[in-house]
Amino acid sequence: MENAKITIRDLNLYFGKQHILKNINVEIPENKITVIMGPSGCGKTTLMKSMNRLTDLNPDAKLSGSILIDGKDILHSGDDITKIRKMMGLLAQRPYPLPMNIYNNIAYGLRISGRKKKQFLNKRIEHYLRQVNLWDEVKDRLREPAGALSIGQQQRLCLARGLAVDPEIILADEPTSALDPISSQTIEEKFLELKNNYTIVLVTHILRQAKRIADHVVFMYLGEVIEQGTAQEIFENPQQEKTKSYLKGIFY
Amino acid sequence: MALYGKKYFLETRVKIRRIQMSRFLRDKLHGTWMVVTLIVVVAMPFILLIGLFLKSKMLLDDHSIFHLLFSKEWKPLSGEFGFYPFIISSVWVTAVALLISAPICLLTSIHLTQYAKKWVLKVMHPVIDILAGIPSVIFGVWGILVIVPGISDYIGPFFGKAVSGYSILAGAIVLSIMIIPFILNILIEIFKTIPVELSEASLSLGASKWQTIKFVILKKALPGIVSAFGLGMSRAFGETIAVLMVVGNVTKIPTGIFQPGYPLPALIANNYGEMLSIPLYDSALMLAALILFVVVLIFNFASRLLIVRYERHN
Amino acid sequence: MGNLKKIEEGFFRVLMFCSTVLIALTLFLIIFSILYKGLPAISWEMVSQVPKGGFYFGKEGGILNAIIGSLYLSFGSTLLAALFGVPLALFMNVHLIRHKKIVNAIRYLLDLLWGVPSIVYGAFGFAIMVYFGIRASLLAGIITVTLFIIPIMVRGIDEVLKSVPRGLLEASLSLGSTRSEVSYRVFFKQTMPGIITAVLLSFGRAIGDAASILFTAGYTDYIPTSLNQPTATLPLSIFFQLSSPIPEVQQRAYASAVVLVFIILVISILSRVLTRKYQKNQINF
Repeated sequence: MENAKITIRDLNLYFGKQHILKNINVEIPENKITVIMGPSGCGKTTLMKSMNRLTDLNPDAKLSGSILIDGKDILHSGDDITKIRKMMGLLAQRPYPLPMNIYNNIAYGLRISGRKKKQFLNKRIEHYLRQVNLWDEVKDRLREPAGALSIGQQQRLCLARGLAVDPEIILADEPTSALDPISSQTIEEKFLELKNNYTIVLVTHILRQAKRIADHVVFMYLGEVIEQGTAQEIFENPQQEKTKSYLKGIFY
Repeated sequence: MALYGKKYFLETRVKIRRIQMSRFLRDKLHGTWMVVTLIVVVAMPFILLIGLFLKSKMLLDDHSIFHLLFSKEWKPLSGEFGFYPFIISSVWVTAVALLISAPICLLTSIHLTQYAKKWVLKVMHPVIDILAGIPSVIFGVWGILVIVPGISDYIGPFFGKAVSGYSILAGAIVLSIMIIPFILNILIEIFKTIPVELSEASLSLGASKWQTIKFVILKKALPGIVSAFGLGMSRAFGETIAVLMVVGNVTKIPTGIFQPGYPLPALIANNYGEMLSIPLYDSALMLAALILFVVVLIFNFASRLLIVRYERHN
Repeated sequence: MGNLKKIEEGFFRVLMFCSTVLIALTLFLIIFSILYKGLPAISWEMVSQVPKGGFYFGKEGGILNAIIGSLYLSFGSTLLAALFGVPLALFMNVHLIRHKKIVNAIRYLLDLLWGVPSIVYGAFGFAIMVYFGIRASLLAGIITVTLFIIPIMVRGIDEVLKSVPRGLLEASLSLGSTRSEVSYRVFFKQTMPGIITAVLLSFGRAIGDAASILFTAGYTDYIPTSLNQPTATLPLSIFFQLSSPIPEVQQRAYASAVVLVFIILVISILSRVLTRKYQKNQINF
């Protein structure tokens, strides 16, 4: 594939003795929405978390193989891991606002990288809050604790927070599973807009969601990649038996 | 039924009814005893409070509570009971002990929950539990063997002071080691319950592990940390024997940590023998116990309220 | 700029490591110094004889009075506390299971009681003794220590009982058991190792505490033969004899310290072994 933003080759992940990811070979295209899907427990979240090396947080984790982002192997380069992680924004299953007010939540990532000027921060924060359609709702209560927002608002806040550090890739782990249908729709629409400027990797177990927004699909089962291709290829003409069964809804 | 006959049938019916009755009787007895235990235990703190108050009433009738708390004169033979030197000593010892133990507990708990490998935590658990189980007297013995000479031979001269070693500092050092396992266990619990996703969110914004700890984890855990220290303080305030053995027991307002002190619990412990021979002395010591009780209760109450609010927030 | 942050992180990491090591080292230092002073004092005579010639002045004899006295006192108070504590904990978790607010209030009260210093119990016990004209004795000591360890024991057992899944309670009740049958025949058995651990730990607190028995248990050279006699105890044996100018008396204090530390270590190891056995056999619902 040309324009592969992320290329994963022969990736194996062990948690202690358990072989969680088996010989993963995946290519994630640039500026498209790639959905990783499969039944629960198949390793899709782990695969996504290995892309920004959050798996390092688990002391028993052992990774081998290579993960190339823009051609550079993040598993073996000597680069500061924080720089690598900043390239990728993370949206989790449930919103996890930082224990600060709304303003500081978004300013956090900016301050960490050394941008502290008030004017600059103010402009950026307004820009990103507008981007997730939150500005009008919170512009008068920027100094209130982020925990006071509704769950749908919190998730949008977390999205804005992640965008504020100018990532190139967005990793989303079932981002709408805790949300009501209207907030879910908002997030999905946002992703469709954002894909023009960002590479989006989305993990979901909601087949309909995948069908709605995916450009590219990776299907996993029990730690292996069974099939991957464009959304059209996978949904209309799946090659593997397991993919066919999953799409028919035979196993979750 | 034909095999067994009517007589057997009737006898079994009676037997079963008797067993049923005895089961219910037993249930009633157990239930009643359980309610008794509940009443006794719930009444305990109130009985303690009332008992101590009644016993100190004689002293309170003659002197105002403010005079007793703030007067510096302690001359029981002349009827002067000023608790101020003892309260100040207690405050000093507790404060210094907290000053020593708080950073150690924080640093260790962060290390164990965020940085150290799993086996380190496994080894430290029994260490902490054993430390927590060591009786007060043993700490006192150790204090006399190691800490007191340590202060008189090394730490004191280092600051240019010639001291005996029996001092507020000795009491504070011994006390700090006694409350460390207590505070440490609470802090480890608190850090363990912070969801890992919060750290993940911070890290994926480009923060380093240390920045995540400084700006996110510590902030999230702050109410819990404060209440852990509050509970530690109340434990330190009431500790008697170990402190008694190394603190000097001189009735004087201490002017520095190398001076001897005389905390409130030590006052009670040292003088119970003379209690009955000097008029109002027993009342005074009971009042000291009451003050101790109330202070500890307030600290505990406030700290636990914080924890409850903190858990509800999560 | 990045370098400054790295130095800061490195600095704190070293500090954290040192702090952890410091705690472990301190424990070893404490045990070492006790053993250093006390092991030479341990001999068969020491643990099998009572002090001859008076505990404060006598140069002969040993600490049997304190060992036996402590064992009597701690067993007595632990048993008495269990008599109140076990039913109360079961009551809270079985009978009162529907009244969550009441149970939480009781737990809160117990936590408050748990923090009360033992000297307060000692002073209170003394006041009661004076009021009723009871002398310092084994009985007075047992009662005071019982009051002191009841919150500790109830809390410990409560923690274990809390973890029993509700389904077990419902299943037992639907089989027609009375509530106390569920308590004693089901919950008690299910959590037995945990309960024993809690009782063991309470025993450890009882045997080591000095402040509660300072006024109430008295002190003597002899082994008590009735509840009304005063008794020697290991903590007080240390406390009273440590500052004696006579070296043989001091030796008795150190020997008592070693015996006490030994008992505490045994209790620690036993409770860990029991907890591990318990967790192995526990079905994770």
